[in-house]
Amino acid sequence: MELYDKIFKPKKMELSNGKVVLEKASRAPFILIVLVLAILLSAKITGFQLSILIERGGQFFVILLRMFSPPDLSYIGKVINPLVDTIKMSFLGSFVGSLLAIPFAILAASNLVNNRVVLIVVRLFLSIVRTLPTLVSALIATYIFGLGTMAGTIAILLFTFSYVGKQLYEQIETVDMGPFEAMEAIGANRAKGFLSAIMPQVLPAYLSVCLFCFEGNVRYASILGYVGAGGLGLALNEKIGWRQYDSVGTILIVLFLTVVCIESFSHYIRTKLT
Amino acid sequence: MMGKETIEQQYKKEPKRWYRNLLIAIFLVVAFSWSFSTVHLKITPQGAGVAGKIISGIFHPDTTLLFNFTSSGVAYLLLETICIAFLGTIVGSILSIPLSFLAAVNIVPKPIAVIFRTIIMAIRTIPPLIYGLMFIRVTGGGPFTGLLTMSLCSIGMLSKLFIEAIEDLDIRILESLDALGCTTFQKIRYGILPQLFSAFMSTIIYRFDMNLRDATVLGLVGAGGIGAPLIFAMSSYRWNQVGAILVGLILLILLIELFSTRIRIKLARG
Repeated sequence: MELYDKIFKPKKMELSNGKVVLEKASRAPFILIVLVLAILLSAKITGFQLSILIERGGQFFVILLRMFSPPDLSYIGKVINPLVDTIKMSFLGSFVGSLLAIPFAILAASNLVNNRVVLIVVRLFLSIVRTLPTLVSALIATYIFGLGTMAGTIAILLFTFSYVGKQLYEQIETVDMGPFEAMEAIGANRAKGFLSAIMPQVLPAYLSVCLFCFEGNVRYASILGYVGAGGLGLALNEKIGWRQYDSVGTILIVLFLTVVCIESFSHYIRTKLT
Repeated sequence: MMGKETIEQQYKKEPKRWYRNLLIAIFLVVAFSWSFSTVHLKITPQGAGVAGKIISGIFHPDTTLLFNFTSSGVAYLLLETICIAFLGTIVGSILSIPLSFLAAVNIVPKPIAVIFRTIIMAIRTIPPLIYGLMFIRVTGGGPFTGLLTMSLCSIGMLSKLFIEAIEDLDIRILESLDALGCTTFQKIRYGILPQLFSAFMSTIIYRFDMNLRDATVLGLVGAGGIGAPLIFAMSSYRWNQVGAILVGLILLILLIELFSTRIRIKLARG
């Protein structure tokens, strides 16, 4: 960015007391040009054409109309079981994942661990697990654990583990270290100090992150079935394959209601926590 | 001995929460065992072998595929994925900005806000794959479909965070601008835009990060990106190719995440 200041000279302003102030040239035009170029390039590579969208945009609503006019409500009976499976998968995955995240988050927090190597290795591990898209880990899991809910649970577990792990270690690093030092000064060991001085500070945030994760996982679990990882996605995939869009509509409505329930429940708890 | 007594008194004042904690613990244990009933822990006979092959594939990626710069190489596929995610995020944010203003309680009356919030939530619930299928009817496969899907999927989270930023607007600034005799346009330019800009940008960059990760999903419905080659390579057991694609994907996502956190920290500090 220094080069930029050399090409576009900063504006000089003289104040009434004789001081000279430099106003750096705005970077906005530069950023704007880069942005426009990036948009043009992306539009070319993805084949973005507004004309197609205007011309055939109506087709978008064809399936939508078939799903909801009217949805096949008699199908609800068959939705309940896979729905419960999905909820179980996401609960188990979120629960185990967020528990597993605790030791790793402690090892990744720079105010608790002084060893730089451990910090870097654990953080890199968390990052790499987090970069794996959930669907890809679900796909890999289906090869290892076979088709079914186990694979989906593992995928959710991995995602929750990495996400909660990152959030938790960031939380731990912002904690007030005073109480911890006081505990150490009166002779508590580090584990005891952590439990009674740091944990109460991070617990509400940790629980709220876990709940938030669970919320998202229920929604996400519904598509894991697409790679054979069990749950609602399996039914969804099947009905899409047979083009029974009215049943798809029913599944979506049930999913929507469930997500609304879980979200308002967890929202309620989270507002109580903070 | 004054100290000890005070400490004991303070201890007595501590609220008794053990019954509440016990209830929560019981609930969690019951839910845990209940949810364990559907999951059957078993490893398929070839499972361990497959896991080993994937890991060895990551360490011995198919270099011809990894460093191939034609349209079937990893580099081009990654570029395509970035483009889908980038343009998808931009279109998504253009769509979500008006929606979020219409759903913010300090801008519109409450009933209207509730209606728009429900719409946003409904948009968010429909899985990306269904949008993919719907858009395939419009554009017929390929990255353009992926782009449109991404933009609709982004709306949920983007507008949720946009709404929070809008509802946090500091009204006093507008009042002081009013007192100075500013016009409506000036109030928007100097009172509202500076407050929202950095929050919006930070949200958009964060979403771009997520979209890049989610763009792999699109391959499943034939909507472009790196997902489809990955799945093909897996189902035909070409682990070295799987390794090459995963290495490329992981490196790309790590890099983008690094950049986006930097930019977001800069934005947050102003």
